[in-house]
Amino acid sequence: MRILVVEDDLEAQRYLVNGLKEAGHVVDDAADGDTGLTLALSRPYDCAIIDRMLPKLDGLNVVAEMREHGNTMPVLFLSALSEVDDRVKGLKAGGDDYLTKPYAFVELLARIDALMRRRAPAAVKTKLAVGELELDLLTRTATREGQAIDLQPREFRLLEYLMRHAGQVVTRTMLLESVWEYHFDPQTNVIDVHISRLRAKIDKGFSAQLLHTVRGAGYMIRAAK
Amino acid sequence: MLRNSAFLHWAQRVLHTQAFRITLVFVFFYAVTATALVAFTWWNSQRALDAQTDQTIEAEVAGLRDTYLRLGVIGLSDVINGRVAQHGSGIYYLESPSRAVLAGNLLGIPETAKSVGGFFEFEYQRAQQSETVTRTARGEGFTLPGGYILLVARDVTDQKYSRKKFFTTIPWTIGLMLLLGIAGGVLLSRNILRRLDTITRTSSEIVAGDFSRRVPITPAGDEFDTLAENLNVMLERTERLMKGMREVVDSVAHDLRTPLNRLRNRLEDMQRKLSPEDPHLDDIDSAIAETDRLIGTFNALLLIAEADSGMTRGSMSAVDLSAIVADIADLYAPLAEEKEIVLEVAPSGVLTIEGNRSLVSQALANLIDNAIKYTPSGGHIWVAATETPAGIDLCVADNGPGIPVQDRTRVLERFVRLEKSRNSPGTGLGLSLVAAVARMHEAKLTLGDNAPGLKATISFPRTFVKKGNRE
Repeated sequence: MRILVVEDDLEAQRYLVNGLKEAGHVVDDAADGDTGLTLALSRPYDCAIIDRMLPKLDGLNVVAEMREHGNTMPVLFLSALSEVDDRVKGLKAGGDDYLTKPYAFVELLARIDALMRRRAPAAVKTKLAVGELELDLLTRTATREGQAIDLQPREFRLLEYLMRHAGQVVTRTMLLESVWEYHFDPQTNVIDVHISRLRAKIDKGFSAQLLHTVRGAGYMIRAAK
Repeated sequence: MLRNSAFLHWAQRVLHTQAFRITLVFVFFYAVTATALVAFTWWNSQRALDAQTDQTIEAEVAGLRDTYLRLGVIGLSDVINGRVAQHGSGIYYLESPSRAVLAGNLLGIPETAKSVGGFFEFEYQRAQQSETVTRTARGEGFTLPGGYILLVARDVTDQKYSRKKFFTTIPWTIGLMLLLGIAGGVLLSRNILRRLDTITRTSSEIVAGDFSRRVPITPAGDEFDTLAENLNVMLERTERLMKGMREVVDSVAHDLRTPLNRLRNRLEDMQRKLSPEDPHLDDIDSAIAETDRLIGTFNALLLIAEADSGMTRGSMSAVDLSAIVADIADLYAPLAEEKEIVLEVAPSGVLTIEGNRSLVSQALANLIDNAIKYTPSGGHIWVAATETPAGIDLCVADNGPGIPVQDRTRVLERFVRLEKSRNSPGTGLGLSLVAAVARMHEAKLTLGDNAPGLKATISFPRTFVKKGNRE
């Protein structure tokens, strides 16, 4: 995938670019808003990672200009500013996701993967399936190998989010943000408890494990090989 | 109906102003003083008038007595008849010892005249244009040597009439004075109220977070404008301070986040480069974990600063507390269950406040998190949002060990952790953040005794409660 990185802190930029390249992406970089905007408008990218505060042209303005030119590529904002209403400003300006520095690289990677996946035009699905596990979005029911699984509404949403991102790492904050719509960091790992309950329902008693813990990153649901 | 009640409300406000009360007191004292002054002047002038009449009569009486002594009864009768014929205001009456009328223009002597010496008032009848009218006179009667009784008086009916007329006008005058005074008071109060209302409106807008507002200054240049100017100078300074605070928070955030970011990047980079079997991997993992704790503390501190600086005021919107309670309880339910703690949520209707959803949720999460952390296995936690006369209470109670009374204020300070919890995970900022979120919503955080256990309550004031809540 082709990714554009616009970041003025050169050291942070270097780590970011190296990390993304190691993850198999093709990366272009820019250190100021003007260059970033020119690159964004002249070349096709799958995703852009843009710092909120940039010399010459502010990150918010870069994205606003991009959107004005009809450019719809997914954008993830990085910000070293204080958070509370900054996130709202970022998303209002046309950003798709928002990450506060310092961030964990795996978190960033998981988020841009999710952003790029979201971009692929998916037909309106009424059923999700991972291996033998099926989720009917209309009847709100789950089955595995034909056996009905009883899920609470929140567990259903959690599983739905995981299955929509099947094969991708999903971090705890991503789950908290999308399933509970909260943007704070709970002091205790409440998400882990929810996952282990869900795992008990969908994996217990079956030969293959579908819901995996990715060390130091989060969770992933994928079909057994 | 609505108009009527709006008017009543307005009238009530006007009547309750200081200006109106002052006017009322002033009008009252003015009326009393003016009445007293007028009454005194009138009484004095009446006395002077009476004295003048009396003097005239006395002089006349002296003259008549002289006439009597020189010319006898016949001479006196002649003089009296001569004066009567002049049709003046004089009233005369001369009676012989045998009660026969000798001269004068009275038909008989009033009963009072015989017994009393000195001046007195009496009524008498007089023919006036073919009818008889009763009039009032003031005079002196006395007995002449030889047993003759002489009465000399003056008609005072007109004087009496004007006196009476004056008396009837006094209540009307006072009434009018009070009426005008009250009307003036209302006008004055309304004006003052209008001026003060603009100041109140501006200041409440500022309290709500719009620091760019200023009190309008009128061209009148009066004392209110001086007050407004002073307020505006103060506001200018406050705005500058808040802006400065914001800039400090922002630049601290930026200047600390950037190196922290690099630090974490570097550690992650090392972690990636090492092979999974490398013995140093554990060290790097714990270094990353330590960095994350540092970041957590830093973020919490920054959030407290933001909440306290009013920076988050712009991010307020209508949020339903009962929905937040349900969501956060749902988030923490499995955690409580795992520790065999019952997490009980009291059901409530929609309870909307003006607030920051994320921060209020985080505050509630911190309270529930604490409760789960400190309540032993088998315990009970109660979460409730309830409407009270003063506003809405958000309450988390447990039956754990609680917090000793003497420590309850201390735990709200930053980084304070009680001795026994020093080794459990946490930044020591959880309750400080709850307190800051409460302050930001002008709410009060109270830590009370649940006997046994802790009962933490955030009391949102009525001003932050949205109208239209229903049970």
